Amino acid sequence: MSQASQLAEPFAASEAARVGRPLWVPGLYAGATWGAAAVVTKALPNVIPFGSDDLFAIIVGLGAAVLFGLAVAGPRAGRAREVLDHYGAWFIAIGVWLTLWEFTTAKTGWLPKPFFSAPTGLLHVYVTDWQRLLICIGYSLRLWGLGFGLGIIAGYSGGLALGWSKRFAYWGMPILKFIGPVPATAWIPVTFYFFPTMFEASVFIVALSSGIPVAILTASGVASVDSAYYDVGRNLGAKPWYLITRIAVPAALPHTFVGLFMGLYYSFAVLVVAEMLGSKYGLGWYVQFQSNYSAYANVYATLVIMAILCAGLVKLLFVVRDRLLRGQKGFI
Amino acid sequence: MSAVQALRAAPEPARNLEITVDKVSHGFDLHGTHLPVLDDIDLKVAPGEFVALLGPSGCGKSTLLRLIAGLDKPTHGEIAANGRPIGEPDPSRILVFQDPTLFPWSNVWRNVATGLAARGVLASESGRVDDALKLVGLTAFARAYPHQLSGGMAQRAALARALVNDPALLLLDEPLGKLDSLTRLTLQAELVSLWLAKRFTAILVTHDVEEAVLLSSRVLVLSDRPARIKAEFVVDKPYPRRRDDPDLVALRRQVLATLGLPT
Repeated sequence: MSQASQLAEPFAASEAARVGRPLWVPGLYAGATWGAAAVVTKALPNVIPFGSDDLFAIIVGLGAAVLFGLAVAGPRAGRAREVLDHYGAWFIAIGVWLTLWEFTTAKTGWLPKPFFSAPTGLLHVYVTDWQRLLICIGYSLRLWGLGFGLGIIAGYSGGLALGWSKRFAYWGMPILKFIGPVPATAWIPVTFYFFPTMFEASVFIVALSSGIPVAILTASGVASVDSAYYDVGRNLGAKPWYLITRIAVPAALPHTFVGLFMGLYYSFAVLVVAEMLGSKYGLGWYVQFQSNYSAYANVYATLVIMAILCAGLVKLLFVVRDRLLRGQKGFI
Repeated sequence: MSAVQALRAAPEPARNLEITVDKVSHGFDLHGTHLPVLDDIDLKVAPGEFVALLGPSGCGKSTLLRLIAGLDKPTHGEIAANGRPIGEPDPSRILVFQDPTLFPWSNVWRNVATGLAARGVLASESGRVDDALKLVGLTAFARAYPHQLSGGMAQRAALARALVNDPALLLLDEPLGKLDSLTRLTLQAELVSLWLAKRFTAILVTHDVEEAVLLSSRVLVLSDRPARIKAEFVVDKPYPRRRDDPDLVALRRQVLATLGLPT
């Protein structure tokens, strides 16, 4: 690269930031694909009716209008524009996906009921059954929150002890390595014997699934801390409590977060299974209940909710991690 | 020199420490065999003295420093500070490593404050952290994280982390060993001015003969492992010293000859 072009590039970038970029062209395409979804939904006759056609057409039609608006009169520079530029292709793809999905299900019946559902069908589930779904979300979050919370508290304390104390590690590590690979759901029979209620048993199963990866990763993180850090601490007058809380804990934190991410995914998978075992409410119960009636539209609608919940919690954990590890290179 | 001025403003003079190493032998068990590292070392370091330890790689110089710091206990013999046997590490004797070993999760200010925080006096003496940062010229980098520092700046931060405790003895384990040669020259001068101002006792392990004769008041040459003290040179020259001082050049040649290296 020549020196002139090296100089020219940052200049061009700052110039573009000041004047702004032209039209957000992907927005026009995206608006067209979303508009197509609305037209297909409204204009073509249904081979299989799923309900909520009008509402779906209005929603994607509004989406198309917003995308057109952003393309023509949206931000020309800054953070918002970068986000639009980055996700432009995705907006187009979502419109294409919705159009094809609606066309192949409701409009032609190529993908037949009850195994497949149209997007209008999923929307119809939310419209007609939102109260029960909200209650189920509440129950699931309560079970997950209790299980994950208790699990990571126990797993983290155990992991610290295992990583720090040789005696703990002698007894604990083999046990942990032995029960670690066993799926948490395999403990269900024993759990039902020990816990008086179904709810407590479910909490325990969720806690186990989230606690074990946290414990294993924290233990290995603490055990692999560079001993030079402890030498520095001891030399500067630190007592064991300080060495644990101010050196072992932060040094192992990147490992701990890997464990937390693993625990989050496991606990979500286990949550659904736990709820299928005779709960009264909850997303897992809802999926099970609707499957029995072959109401797969309800099942898919619930899966979408679960995916969004899990993605949201993962995002939240990323935010926490990035705050806590902001100084450490290579993790952000 | 600004470092010297900053030091003059320090509230209390450094305490001094005399180190006695009495017939110390030490070794490690490696795969079932005993590996002797130090062999019958006798050494007296007077308060305020700057002693340099020179010797072949892996001869046990760093081990000796760890023993004096109290991080490890010698297999045989005894090491005493002002006549009292050393059993535990203590913030009055601080070891500075070749790697800065700053805590990557804390910023420079928190790193330098470690000693005060560990002893629970940070709240009342936090001003000393700022003084130490000023002393090594890192005031502007107090909020920086270790990975944002250059090698020289990181080693300065490690020095500040030691000096904030007002140590009577500074044990320097090749602290400039990994720095580029220009940074090394700068930090050599800074080390001397810090020592002249604070007058702590200093023991420096180095591979660099020129550094040893330039900084120290006495150079000890150690043998191959297991290390014994092979030769001793008193460097009787006032500070600041010049690298091209003919006496120091001659001394350097002599030390190199003792080490069996071409001059």
